[in-house]
Amino acid sequence: MSHTAIVEDKATHSPRSWNTLVRDWSSDQRAFKNVPWGKAMMWIFLLSDTFIFSCFLLSYMTVRMSTLDHWPNPSKVFALHIGGQEIPLILIAIMTFVLISSSGTMALAVKYGYQKDRTKTAILMILTAILGATFVGMQAFEWTKLITEGVRPWGNPWGAPQFGSTFFMITGFHGTHVSIGVIFLIIIARKVWRGDFDIERKGFFTSRKGRYEIVETTGLYWHFVDLVWVFIFAFFYLW
Amino acid sequence: MAHAETHHAQGHHAQGQQHPIGIYLWIWLLLFVFSTFSYLVDYFQLQGMLRWSLIIIFMLLKAGFIVAIFMHMAWERLALKLAILLPPLALLVLVGLMAIEGDYTFVTRLQSFVQQIQSPHEHREVPEFTPGH
Repeated sequence: MSHTAIVEDKATHSPRSWNTLVRDWSSDQRAFKNVPWGKAMMWIFLLSDTFIFSCFLLSYMTVRMSTLDHWPNPSKVFALHIGGQEIPLILIAIMTFVLISSSGTMALAVKYGYQKDRTKTAILMILTAILGATFVGMQAFEWTKLITEGVRPWGNPWGAPQFGSTFFMITGFHGTHVSIGVIFLIIIARKVWRGDFDIERKGFFTSRKGRYEIVETTGLYWHFVDLVWVFIFAFFYLW
Repeated sequence: MAHAETHHAQGHHAQGQQHPIGIYLWIWLLLFVFSTFSYLVDYFQLQGMLRWSLIIIFMLLKAGFIVAIFMHMAWERLALKLAILLPPLALLVLVGLMAIEGDYTFVTRLQSFVQQIQSPHEHREVPEFTPGH
């Protein structure tokens, strides 16, 4: 596919029209035009990850619907004593805000990455990683608190034993994603800082020229982690 | 072939997704507002249909803004949009199936373990299968 063809295509047809959809899918070699291969593969990976998390959330739905026992009230389970007062679900709310903030800094990092602003991109990515690590830290605190209170995958003091198993499975898998994301962010931030993408330094593993597109790909993963948390927050903690 | 060159031909800055910073900051703010609202749903202990519909609405708004703006899906070509956004709809079938399954299990348990419902006890080591307590 020649470059001029793509440019003409953009001029005569909106990239959002059904016409271009048919053309894109029936063209040779590339269905996803204007999308780097790394970004397309990240989207496809995230699609598969969507199904994994959906399976977890749906099995949670199934056990919660089918249990005869009273389901523990998350509002009380995740309450914290602050200043002599019991504030419901406050820890989870703070974790939500921390993760949303990290998504905001990541979005800005992607923007500055495409502007080739090396310093701002690296700083914003490190900031994102710090917020992500904070989130994981708070999750570790939450796990510790619940375990000392007697929550186990096979039972808990407040009701349906399935509460523990679904809680540890879902938040554990999500926390693992956040941790991997933090590592991913640090690796890419280091490359940005070193100027790898300004000199198109070849990747250690892929031997391909390094480009700022990887910042957006990293961003896609990070926003997805935030996206999953939106659903966990709604279905597990608020429902 | 390589699409990056196409962009280079159009101008040295026109590579990848370029959007004004304002849109990110607005979406960031909106996500904070919607999160606060969904927290307040719990804080004020709204119950029933009102609670569930508010939770779902705020969840979908947040998810939509993250995917559309932060993940740039709004600006992608239709070919990618549909390839990524359509398949998850199949999950709705799974939701339906598992809801039927969960309901069935619940009714079956209700029929088999009625005794336990009539005499509930608080501290059970082994649930379900302990006869008479």
